[in-house]
Amino acid sequence: MKRIIALLVALVACFSLLCLPASANELGLDESYYSRFKDQDISINVYNWGEYISDGSDDTMDVNAEFEELTGITVNYSTFATNEELYDKLKSGGADYDIIIPSDYMISRMIQEGMLLPLDFENIPAVENIFPQYLDTNYDPEGAYSVPYTWGTVGIIYNTAMVDEVVDSWQILWDDKYTNNVLMFSNPRDAFGITLKKLGYSLNSTDELELRVAAEELKMQKPIVQAYVMDEIFDKMQGGEAALAPYYAGDALTMIDANPDLAFATPKEGTNIFYDAMCIPYSCQQKEAAEMYINFMCEAEVAAANIEYIGYSTPNQAAFELLDEEIRTNPISYPDDELLVNTEEYVALPGETNLLMDSLWTEILTTDDQFLTWLMPVMLIAGCVASVVKIVARKRRRAREMADY
Amino acid sequence: MFKNKAVSLPYLVWSAVFVIVPLGLVAYYAMTTKTGQFTLDNLARVGQYAPVIMSSILLSIIATIISLIIAYPLAYIMSRSSGNTQRTYMMLIMLPMWMNFLLRTYSWMTILERNGLINRFLELFGIGPLTMINTPGAVVLGMIYNYLPFMILPLYTTMLKIEQHTIEAAQDLGATPWQVLSRVIIPLSMPGVTTGITMVFVPCISTFAISRMLGGGSSMLIGDLIELQFLGNTYNPNLGAAISMVLMVIILICMAMMNMFDEGEDKEAMLL
Amino acid sequence: MKKSWLSRCYVGLVMFFLYAPILVLIVYSFNENKSRGVWTGFSFKWYQELFHNEIILQSLSNTLFIAVVSSLLATLLGTAAAIGIFSMGRKARSLVMNVTYFPIINPEIVTGVSLMLLFAMCGIDLGYLTLIIAHMTFCTPYVILNVMPKLRQMDQHTYEAALDLGCSPLQAFSKVIIPEIMPGILSGLMMSFTYSLDDFIISYFVSSSTSQTLPITIYSMTRRKVSPEINALSAIIFVVVLVILIIVNVYGARQEKQQQKRYASYL
Repeated sequence: MKRIIALLVALVACFSLLCLPASANELGLDESYYSRFKDQDISINVYNWGEYISDGSDDTMDVNAEFEELTGITVNYSTFATNEELYDKLKSGGADYDIIIPSDYMISRMIQEGMLLPLDFENIPAVENIFPQYLDTNYDPEGAYSVPYTWGTVGIIYNTAMVDEVVDSWQILWDDKYTNNVLMFSNPRDAFGITLKKLGYSLNSTDELELRVAAEELKMQKPIVQAYVMDEIFDKMQGGEAALAPYYAGDALTMIDANPDLAFATPKEGTNIFYDAMCIPYSCQQKEAAEMYINFMCEAEVAAANIEYIGYSTPNQAAFELLDEEIRTNPISYPDDELLVNTEEYVALPGETNLLMDSLWTEILTTDDQFLTWLMPVMLIAGCVASVVKIVARKRRRAREMADY
Repeated sequence: MFKNKAVSLPYLVWSAVFVIVPLGLVAYYAMTTKTGQFTLDNLARVGQYAPVIMSSILLSIIATIISLIIAYPLAYIMSRSSGNTQRTYMMLIMLPMWMNFLLRTYSWMTILERNGLINRFLELFGIGPLTMINTPGAVVLGMIYNYLPFMILPLYTTMLKIEQHTIEAAQDLGATPWQVLSRVIIPLSMPGVTTGITMVFVPCISTFAISRMLGGGSSMLIGDLIELQFLGNTYNPNLGAAISMVLMVIILICMAMMNMFDEGEDKEAMLL
Repeated sequence: MKKSWLSRCYVGLVMFFLYAPILVLIVYSFNENKSRGVWTGFSFKWYQELFHNEIILQSLSNTLFIAVVSSLLATLLGTAAAIGIFSMGRKARSLVMNVTYFPIINPEIVTGVSLMLLFAMCGIDLGYLTLIIAHMTFCTPYVILNVMPKLRQMDQHTYEAALDLGCSPLQAFSKVIIPEIMPGILSGLMMSFTYSLDDFIISYFVSSSTSQTLPITIYSMTRRKVSPEINALSAIIFVVVLVILIIVNVYGARQEKQQQKRYASYL
């Protein structure tokens, strides 16, 4: 009985979320807490992943608009495509963000480099909605700098119209049956992560030999790969441009919705489990307002609306309980524990490992163009010869013209 | 005549601060380590990327040559047509440049993809899907498409200056059409050719969005490499600056060569 | 006759090459479906949604603001510079002109990177200010290059004549020189405005979260999925530009005809 009621409540909640993007007050949030900055003309700059917040399209909740209406704080929202882009923007000193949502390994790197401010959890009461196990993490061991926003796993998304066999291993991305039909991550960390896992190493390996072996594997894979991409995978797989690609579980759900031919598998060798968490960088000008935003994002209805929009897995217990039964039991979003045994989070790698990985990666991307190296002297010589010929011709003509006079 | 050198002072200060100093900074970064010590390592490391540099040069040269081949007859036809038609042609060539180049390139993705428009059209005739996107060919196509107007315009302006009478005179004196072309038209349009080549080659070699969108990330160009150092996976402005220096040197060499072939004197008008 | 048919065919082919992607873009802006490539039906949906998409509208207004401000400032700076350079001696002039060519010849990515380094070094926060500075830097040379030829074409004695007829130097300047070089100033302004609107590479390096221009927004979209609202926006831009260009052309043609008539009547 209790369960049925809970389900009903959940359904009603979802229904109301879907049908009428409820105004802030209808969410039943604490007015006195959220009205502290009203009429003070404060604005915060939020830097998030692309398509990573419920934005009001297709009758979803417009989270930023709700927040602005509730608190009177203006939200300047912009998006980035990779953790590194975010890091570079912060590091180059020109950034002015108050809230950023990086992934696990970037958070640990930023903590190490002192780029994050510790959060004042007094200002974030809604943090109690988060499952306790997601507050105790490797990337933020003290749990002082971040509040998790989503989590998910990387797996293989494939088109069942083109792939007949059972997909359960990374090995299939190396299968030359699918030449020109495989998409691969263009980010060295992710590409190496997959390869290291395939080889049975840790995806946080710092061993030079292991990395070199992985690089050799990636070179072998290159002839099979159609393109090295990141977010483009979404569009390309959905449009049937390729048969296989590694991608994130949450997006896979959205893609399967749009193209029923697609399916998703979590490889048996294990994979990367990732967290994206909200943090406040040292450039923050409005820390309390930023904490208010984080708190807002942790509110059950808001978090549920975001999760429904994004399709990733939620670390927010209150929001989880608001989700559809169908979503809560979906093995893609919330896989069985046994599949999660081999998963690993990324941690920040030491500088020399990053450097090695980057130079190996550039080597991989340029590997079959070796003939171009000796083309350089050929072209230089050709250019010199052409110039000399031209100069001689000109001189001769001048001489002739002089003679004519 | 009205003379006042002082009014150009703000501009002189401006270009010193925002043109010369930044270039100096690039040179400074290229020759220092992260901690600011002098080193030539960055420049030496660029050698590691020789294949990337060479493939950029090669693809840009191919794109430039094809643009020249496409643009030359077009510019000639334009310059020989009546005033109104000329104006219409000019308008038609300028118009696409007003649309964002990223969107136009993105549109090529829709056309070239495996399930794209061309392949769907070919399917009607039972011709299997061709792999067009994610190849160096697609990158070259993107370059030609984006920079073709830069080739057409200077060619057209120089050809306008070739008097019809000159051509007629050559014909009257018994020149065959081929001779007219090689002895009269081509030499007289040479300034336009060299300007066109520079104006296409320079953006081609430094592009980074086109190769990423149409090349599938596997044919990396110099532009991609530089972008990667500043806003990509590796934040390494020193190496990025060193690659930028190399890029500038390549372009200077290219311009010097063009200058040598160019016997025309007034380049200012051409650039516009 | 045969030849003109051939050349018309050729022009048609090149134009098809130039316009095919734009056509695709516009056609798909009427597609009901969000994903590109799948045509499900005709609709104006994306045109309506365009006006509710805040990210696009915000970046559009950023783009226009920056283009207006930087092209006006660049025109002011460039016109003054052109007059000053014109008054210089031969050597100084050629030196300054070489510097002027630099931002034009230099690959955009290097300009962008070098300015980014400068701003980072001076600790200037990336934003509107840096965007405007960067845009002015690459626009001013175009203004100078547009105004210089007009100065050269000017009859050198009109200014002196104006002085002789009792004008103060300032009057002579504003009543004689400015009108003479006005066409150059205007085309420089137009050119700066266009380049500033369309610039992506340089802006990409010097913009920040709060000051994304339209091309940058489009770029971050092309990495994932271009929302069809952008197609709708570019269709609108296309039509607007087309109309402006047609008006300018018809006007230009008519003026030319009138001039010819006047010329004929003189004869």
